[in-house]
Amino acid sequence: MSRRLLHQPMGVVSVTRESRGGVGQQREQVGALGFHGKKVIGVPAAADPIDDLLARYGGEPGALIPLLQKVQERYGYLKGCHIQQIARFLKLSPSEVYGVLTFYAQFRLTPPGRTHVRVCQGTACHVRGGKRILQELESVLNVRAGSTSEDFEYSLEKIACFGACSLAPVVVVGSEVHGRMTPQKVRKLFEGNGRRLTEEKRLEAVQGGGE
Amino acid sequence: MEQHYNSAGTDPSPRGTSSRGGAAVTARASFAELQAEARVRWDQLNNSTTPRIILGMGTCGIAAGAGRIEEAVRETLEQHRAKADIEAVGCIGLCYAEPIMDVVAPGGPRISYGSVTTRAAEWIVVSHVLGGKPVPELAMAVIGGDPLDGIPRLEDLPVMRGQRRVALRHCGLIDPTSIHQYVANDGYAALHRVLTEMTPEQVIDIIKRSGLRGRGGAGFPTGVKWEFCRNAEGWPKYMICNGDEGDPGAFMDRSVLEGDPHTVLEGMAIAAYAIGASEGFLYVRAEYPLAIRRLRQAIAQAEEWGLLGDRIMGSDFSFHVKIKEGAGAFVCGEETALIASIEGKRGMPRQRPPFPAQSGLWGKPTTINNVETLANVPPILLNGPEWYASVGTERSKGTKTFALAGKVKQPGLIEVPLGITLREVVFDIGGGIAEDRRFKAAQTGGPSGGCIPASALDLPMDYENLSRVGSIMGSGGLVVMDETSCMVDVARFFLAFTQSESCGKCTPCRLGTKQMLDTLIRITEGKGEPADLDRLMELGEAIKAGSLCALGGTAPNPVISTLRYFRDEYEAHVFEKRCPAGVCTALIHFEIDPDRCTGCMVCARNCAVGAISGAKRKPHAIDQSKCIKCGSCYELCKFSAVVKS
Repeated sequence: MSRRLLHQPMGVVSVTRESRGGVGQQREQVGALGFHGKKVIGVPAAADPIDDLLARYGGEPGALIPLLQKVQERYGYLKGCHIQQIARFLKLSPSEVYGVLTFYAQFRLTPPGRTHVRVCQGTACHVRGGKRILQELESVLNVRAGSTSEDFEYSLEKIACFGACSLAPVVVVGSEVHGRMTPQKVRKLFEGNGRRLTEEKRLEAVQGGGE
Repeated sequence: MEQHYNSAGTDPSPRGTSSRGGAAVTARASFAELQAEARVRWDQLNNSTTPRIILGMGTCGIAAGAGRIEEAVRETLEQHRAKADIEAVGCIGLCYAEPIMDVVAPGGPRISYGSVTTRAAEWIVVSHVLGGKPVPELAMAVIGGDPLDGIPRLEDLPVMRGQRRVALRHCGLIDPTSIHQYVANDGYAALHRVLTEMTPEQVIDIIKRSGLRGRGGAGFPTGVKWEFCRNAEGWPKYMICNGDEGDPGAFMDRSVLEGDPHTVLEGMAIAAYAIGASEGFLYVRAEYPLAIRRLRQAIAQAEEWGLLGDRIMGSDFSFHVKIKEGAGAFVCGEETALIASIEGKRGMPRQRPPFPAQSGLWGKPTTINNVETLANVPPILLNGPEWYASVGTERSKGTKTFALAGKVKQPGLIEVPLGITLREVVFDIGGGIAEDRRFKAAQTGGPSGGCIPASALDLPMDYENLSRVGSIMGSGGLVVMDETSCMVDVARFFLAFTQSESCGKCTPCRLGTKQMLDTLIRITEGKGEPADLDRLMELGEAIKAGSLCALGGTAPNPVISTLRYFRDEYEAHVFEKRCPAGVCTALIHFEIDPDRCTGCMVCARNCAVGAISGAKRKPHAIDQSKCIKCGSCYELCKFSAVVKS
């Protein structure tokens, strides 16, 4: 293997996002990760500082997960430059950090929507029609579970259980918990916010949901 | 949210008497001082001349609209220029009746109102809070008093009669943000007794004699676990509380952490003393933000009063607690995976032995106990092991909490003596099956458990009996299913869950669950083959035998147990391509009965894919090629004209 190839960024985490101004106007590279953490492509680390967070966990064993949580809390998701900074700080390789963060469902590498909607798919919600609620949300918000809408307005996430089983099925909008949901209540909840869908898109959203 | 409450129980700013302040305060003096102050405040609260309004503000209460009720109460009070203390408590467990609002008029008993609407709240405020006259039409129960105006006592409600509350003793009754209310109700008295009167060995002996077993699922005797760790060589030792309640359908730990955080801290401190640990971690799911907030506050209060930290209550025992937020991985409920997660690694289980008691966190002796287990510890030490062991069956002592959910009339959080029958739980406490349908099965133990069929309704529930019928006690999720639940679909649901949560370390679990899931999906889509059923059993046994941890070791249980009791349903799917419960969408279709259809257009307007056609006041029809079988029309039709077959 040539030397050149060896120095290719192997554990590359390249996160791109559409700028919020409009779809397809400008592709902004928000971070990229070199294998040895030497060459940073794209936005410099200084743009999104996390030094204060790093300082708070200095020397503490097991700091990686709390640090990732704090950074995500601040920026909504984990950028490549953050992964790199954390790795350097904790004397880990970026791929180790990447390995840990992809293991846990909480961490995201893409920005969430302005409104983050979570829908419970636990046992109690399942037997009380949670799947229908999920389908309705996908249809009303025009976004697939696990992704963010094109305009970054909504992101939809499936949750294994919220622990509010007696109020099943449950939907959480931001930090607001809504219990005893019905497809009708879902529509009412997003009335005015939910955009009118073309018949084709709606069909696609409804049919694709659930699994 | 908490700072909005001008609760009489809210604690004052830091005081100078904390043991960290440097002043040499003896244990008795400082704790006795706190107890005295707590009692005075508790009496003041109970004899308050200002009316009190107590709202159930657990996650479930908030989800049911407790916030709106609070607003309505405040507005009404403002309109009448009246004053009342508004307090927030955790979940009392009557989740079916949320939002719940309790009122104490000066000199009167505490009266609980259930299923409160904003209009009902206004009425209650005007009549009861301002006028001192309870509203029996809306009232549910009297808490801690005699029946009044036909309102029964809380203990006499059918839902409460069969219950016995130990771990949940404070939930919904005291303000979880107030250490004084906890202390006034025997809080930290057990820790005080342990530190002043007992050796660690004595504590372990009491827990062993009480018969307390791990409430997280496996049911290992708690005292024995502590003894192993006590006798293990190595220093420091760690005490971990497992609050990673990952089983879908379970919320016992959330309720305890939200409603009575101090009891968990006290239990942890006692356990730490018994095993000889000076550092502890509380591992809580990130999905429980309110529980985490309550715990943070409780830890700060306990430290301030010298009940946690260095030289607790003036003794030589020091114990520091840190919260670790889980990051969303079900497998972290397994103890070795949880330890890996605290260490900042991927939460993957490892082989045992060595058990955590010998080599746990950072290779040091570690004890891991579940939230509910620890909540039982302080009352056992206060009331004695015989008191606890007097409840339950021969090998399963004490009480167990269950999160009763699914198709039951009164879902909620219950705590019952072990040995109670499923029939009592579902029909007496749960009020029976919703819409008076027929009971089909109860699922316990979540994705690791199995189904209990109707034939076992009268079996006394304890660890041994449940495993005999092919299920497990588990952490306490109890989801009730009726004839409209498809057991193949339920099995598929759990397999989908375990398959996606498998950490991938053991091949039989990683690939086996995928194979099982694919087979189940095929069956629910009507593409099952006769050989599939035996193949599922065979695969299940292989996965059980070939997995390191309990996730893989129990993942096939939901399939094996439903195959055992509901093989006819599987066969209907495979041989007749029919879903008897009408759940599996590929095997059902909807039709409109032209004789019943009034042509009201409701179904047509709500059909997401425009599959329903028909003019106004003319019978409609469903275009089967367009229909996605979502069931909207079936749910919406007021004339039962939509037929599922």
